[in-house]
Amino acid sequence: MFPSAFEYSAPSSLEEALGLLKEVGDDGRVLAGGQSLIPMMKLRLAMPGHLVDINGVGELDYIRDVNGHVAVGALTRHAQVASSDLLSATNHTVSACAPWVADPLVRNRGTMAGSIAHCDPEGDWNSVMLAIGASVVARSADGGERVIHITDFLVDFFTNSLQPGEMVTEIRIPKYTGRGGGAYLKLERKIGDYATVGVASHLQLDDSGTITDAGLGLTAVYQHNLKVTEAEQMMIGQTPSDELFAEAGAIAARTCEPEDNVRGPADYKRAVVAEYTKRAFATALAQANGGQ
Amino acid sequence: MEIKVTINGTAQSAEVENRKLLVDFLRSDLGMTGTHIGCDTTSCGACTILLDGKPVKSCTMFAVQANGHELTTVEGLKQNGSLHPIQAAFKEEHGLQCGFCTPGMMMVGAALIEDNPDPTDDEVRWAISGNLCRCTGYMNIVKSIQTAASMQGEN
Repeated sequence: MFPSAFEYSAPSSLEEALGLLKEVGDDGRVLAGGQSLIPMMKLRLAMPGHLVDINGVGELDYIRDVNGHVAVGALTRHAQVASSDLLSATNHTVSACAPWVADPLVRNRGTMAGSIAHCDPEGDWNSVMLAIGASVVARSADGGERVIHITDFLVDFFTNSLQPGEMVTEIRIPKYTGRGGGAYLKLERKIGDYATVGVASHLQLDDSGTITDAGLGLTAVYQHNLKVTEAEQMMIGQTPSDELFAEAGAIAARTCEPEDNVRGPADYKRAVVAEYTKRAFATALAQANGGQ
Repeated sequence: MEIKVTINGTAQSAEVENRKLLVDFLRSDLGMTGTHIGCDTTSCGACTILLDGKPVKSCTMFAVQANGHELTTVEGLKQNGSLHPIQAAFKEEHGLQCGFCTPGMMMVGAALIEDNPDPTDDEVRWAISGNLCRCTGYMNIVKSIQTAASMQGEN
């Protein structure tokens, strides 16, 4: 297979990349890992006129400890995220998800930021970002820098809120403010398949054990990654228990809108959402209580 | 665009169309047909090569993106006329039947034993989880990679 013809630039600095994106306008598309974009181009579902390849922009390849958050550069591969001690010490939902993204070969090439920007409802990362309340940093040649909360960044099915000429430069993973934990549970038919169902959980507790923050994100059961706000709100201020997690699962199961497809019937997926939500919060609680 | 790449230790330059996939550049332009095209949709891993030492799918990368990088293909495994341990072990353990997935499996295996000289069954299965084989049921592939690790340790 081969995609339709395109112009190609390989800038070596962020400044140069932003200048190119401005110059080529609507025709331009950032190429990072390319593990979603290139297959779409081969199928001609995407036909960008000009690819700005940022693989040579070394300044975007980092995982950094910053006050209050960990910053992940736009060129950081899934494999680097999966093996980062800093991230596994910072956020359990992120470190639980990373090894389940695609397969090992794709993880060596694909980037976390690229996957987030792609907004595929069957992609794993945006459920995690919604659950933990991450932010996306975008830059443009003219507009400087914008820090966009994930709930404002993810607009819909394959749609983000970037403006023309803007590109994602960084993902900000918040640190726990008290005791925290989280998990990502993914049901898939085989490694490398999209999720049949994915559930991301996030919990923070105060010293008395009361829930101060809860996050729940679902993959592949709605037209975009779904934040289950009703379940999150219901849990805040409560004491964690199996019954509470089951109630969150019940809310999640009735909020999602899965489709019957090759990966299973809708009622089966709802049942998995309910059960995985319970399990994902039980794991989050065990971690917040100091377990693994 | 003109690209400069080092393939199996030899520096080469070539003129390629932007949209040409790396696997097509290797197979059609250079005649290096050891790297296979299986699914052509980023699913099967038959086209796996090493990019700067890391296994990636060469059907999901443009040839122009290899500019300035080092590639290793299955043709580059053999050193000074003798088989690489991964090749010797696949032969010894009957790690293939039809052979179509084998170049990809060997590239992943070679990269794994470089990092992990004594991989467990689970570690091998995890490493090859992006590579599909439709013949062997994976048993002998796993055994081959573990045998290769111990052969490499003896050398």
